[in-house]
Amino acid sequence: MRWMWIDRVIELVPNERLVAIKNISMAEDHLHDHFAATPTRNQLPIMPMSLVVEGMAQSAGILVGHASGFNEKVVLAKVTKATLTKDPTPGCTLRYTATIERLTENGASTKGTIDLYDPHTCYRDQSPTKPERIGEIDLIFSHLDRNSAGTQYPEENFVFSDSFRTILRTSGIESSF
Amino acid sequence: MTRDEILDTIREILVDALAVDDDEVVPTATLIGDLGAESIDILDITFKLEQEFGFKIAQGELFPEGITQDPDYVQDGKVTPKGLEMLKERGPHFDMAALEADPSVENVRKIFTVEALINFCQQKLQAAA
Repeated sequence: MRWMWIDRVIELVPNERLVAIKNISMAEDHLHDHFAATPTRNQLPIMPMSLVVEGMAQSAGILVGHASGFNEKVVLAKVTKATLTKDPTPGCTLRYTATIERLTENGASTKGTIDLYDPHTCYRDQSPTKPERIGEIDLIFSHLDRNSAGTQYPEENFVFSDSFRTILRTSGIESSF
Repeated sequence: MTRDEILDTIREILVDALAVDDDEVVPTATLIGDLGAESIDILDITFKLEQEFGFKIAQGELFPEGITQDPDYVQDGKVTPKGLEMLKERGPHFDMAALEADPSVENVRKIFTVEALINFCQQKLQAAA
């Protein structure tokens, strides 16, 4: 089992850009605790920033992994920048756009933007209008088998698990891994 | 590009990558000790150097890898003469004087200074010219 924090990849330009979406639902357990009601305050369900970062890491990670045919074990090494100007709430859709900035045999750096479709502000006559840019997340990924310490890891690519395969398949993206 | 200009660019890179203050980035500062860099920051710094200066950096070129794990290069907590030779050969940008005077393995990280970064970039730029 693996937490997946994107629902679908809607665009993939190999070695360049990936766009994914995440629909935020009140059925997600964590929203009931983040933040739970207190005697002095009503419940305040907000998708945690850490999970927004994870959603971008999964989006950008697929993009970087795809570049090597998913042969490399792509792991998040560093969050170089993360800003979020608005809290994502249930009923909203997040759109992650990840672009590759640098890609080498050792890893990759990516830049990312986050757009929010809020039913209150981004839909007119049930059609989505322009989303609101609410954040930027830049990341560094390392290819695990090329770590500088020379540590050996299992041959199987445990990073890109069945959950990732499912996301790619249901998104209509061919993958042979 | 002068050494001062190279230092200015490196300073911007290190301030961004390591969240340190401008005035901390002086030639004598060590990356891992004084500026708090971790191993993964080296990858970030490598990407930024490539981007800013326009040259490519091969794996292990900026800082030779696997030294402390190799018994040929480190024995009894000290860098062997063979290890010192390897560092000099693969890292002409390092000032090896202090490590040669005291080859304790914990001193290896001390040769990775801002000055070494300046030397590295200057050598790469000259080679490309």
